[in-house]
Amino acid sequence: MSAASVMYNPTVARLTYRALLGRRRALILFALPLLLLVISAAVRTLSGADDSTASGILSGFALATMVPLIGVIAGTGAIGSEIDDGSLLYLLAKPVKRSTIIVTKLLVAIGVSVGFAAMPTFFAGLILDGNGQHLAVAFGVAAVLASLAYSAIFLFLGVVTRHAVVVGLVYALLWESLIGNLVPGARTLSVQQWALALAQKVADPGAVSSSVGLPTAVVLLICVTLAATWFAGRRLRSLTLAGEE
Amino acid sequence: MPREAFTADAAPAAGVTPDASRIHDIGYRHYGGVRLARGYVRRSLYIQSLRGAYGLGRSAKSKILPMILFAVMCLPASIIVAVTVYTHLSKLPLEYTRYAIDLQTVIGLFTAAQAPQAVSRDLRFKTVPLYFCRPMERIDYVIAKYGAMASALFILTGVPLVILYVGALLAKLDLATQTAGFGKGLLAAALLSLLFGGIGLVIAALTPRRGFGVAAVIAVLILSYATVSSVQAVAYGQGHTGAISWLGLFSPITLIDGVQSWWLGATSSFVSGYGPPNAAVGVLYLLVVLGLIAGSFALLMRRYRKVGLG
Repeated sequence: MSAASVMYNPTVARLTYRALLGRRRALILFALPLLLLVISAAVRTLSGADDSTASGILSGFALATMVPLIGVIAGTGAIGSEIDDGSLLYLLAKPVKRSTIIVTKLLVAIGVSVGFAAMPTFFAGLILDGNGQHLAVAFGVAAVLASLAYSAIFLFLGVVTRHAVVVGLVYALLWESLIGNLVPGARTLSVQQWALALAQKVADPGAVSSSVGLPTAVVLLICVTLAATWFAGRRLRSLTLAGEE
Repeated sequence: MPREAFTADAAPAAGVTPDASRIHDIGYRHYGGVRLARGYVRRSLYIQSLRGAYGLGRSAKSKILPMILFAVMCLPASIIVAVTVYTHLSKLPLEYTRYAIDLQTVIGLFTAAQAPQAVSRDLRFKTVPLYFCRPMERIDYVIAKYGAMASALFILTGVPLVILYVGALLAKLDLATQTAGFGKGLLAAALLSLLFGGIGLVIAALTPRRGFGVAAVIAVLILSYATVSSVQAVAYGQGHTGAISWLGLFSPITLIDGVQSWWLGATSSFVSGYGPPNAAVGVLYLLVVLGLIAGSFALLMRRYRKVGLG
């Protein structure tokens, strides 16, 4: 058996995809990117191609609101709903390594986030100003990396707490926007700022600004993603299903 | 010998008596109290739901989040009061009506976290049919849940205003001005609570899954604002200032902002304060808000017409 198949289980992946994209959950996953693209098209026809407008919408709407929201839905939905209804027990009873389950679910969550958040961000950038100042590529790359980190963090939260969605949203909305604005130091611990640091590197100078340096951002991004995945796998090894409060 | 045979033998011997069956009094104590009716059920459910929104009567874990959000909501008000008192300002640095608009993320999170808590669990554990076994009607359930959610939100938005008002009076600011501003703030907070509570409950009542309900409510409340405000900023940048007030009709918090800037004389938080330009647009804002409140009540009523079955 190759190393790749040890960490990736196609059956678990298929089940996770169906949990994420089945029924009404898919509705919100499709609606959000569609909204972004519609707004981009409307703004383009209203005001023509403009780099500062594009940058404003891509950072303010796409990266600050849509990417975390999709990340929360994909990350917690990948495992949270199974923990919630107790069907995770049947999965854990199978001879599949816990770390394999986590890595597979993480890969699926990343796939869904990239497909539903990062790709639309890139396309919105193209619609808004046709990659002027490399904005579309910059924000696309930033959104991919943010999706990676968000998926890992929210998957971890999904294993740790039953209130993962709320905790995730509190982090994504309160910490990154409200506290990040009041206490500048808090921005160092913001996934959004790490992603912006990469966007700053990719885009033309002066087009995007971030409050975190690129090396710090990359190191933190990688550390958080790996640490969250490792802890999630570890937590799953000794998981007890608590009753509803 | 089987029991049936014995009774079958005994019955013909006794002849056909019209009331052979009766309920035997086997000595249990009778209920002699007052038979409480629908009103009591409604009130109990209301109080239980309202306490539940703040985690009271539930586990310690469920108290954490609502209490943190409540504290986050009150903290800025306390800071503003402290600053006003110690620096001897002649007026509060913030309008009463502006407070909820500035902290809308917290209100949105509270709605998203607690609206599914109020209705989704009843659906998921199929307790709704048990409620309707009691002498309560569909409308009682909806009124109790909607009322509790709106009251919880009104406490969340109203208490900071009370802190501001008391602080303003302690700082010896003008009584009449402050009372008027406080009253307007409370009125706007009541409208906001009804609107947010209604939207939150309607979305939450659609799904028995709590996590999904939370995400859906937050998507509607926060994302619609993000959309509206970014498009408003673009419209302002392009000089289409007339469009700004019309765009405000498309998200809950900008609706409240529009209503209070036209009706209550508040400063609009739209870009450069482009609120509703005239009374007609202002009335339209108010009508849309009232329509949404009535609409969410009607949708909830419709939702519970056939419930517990799917």
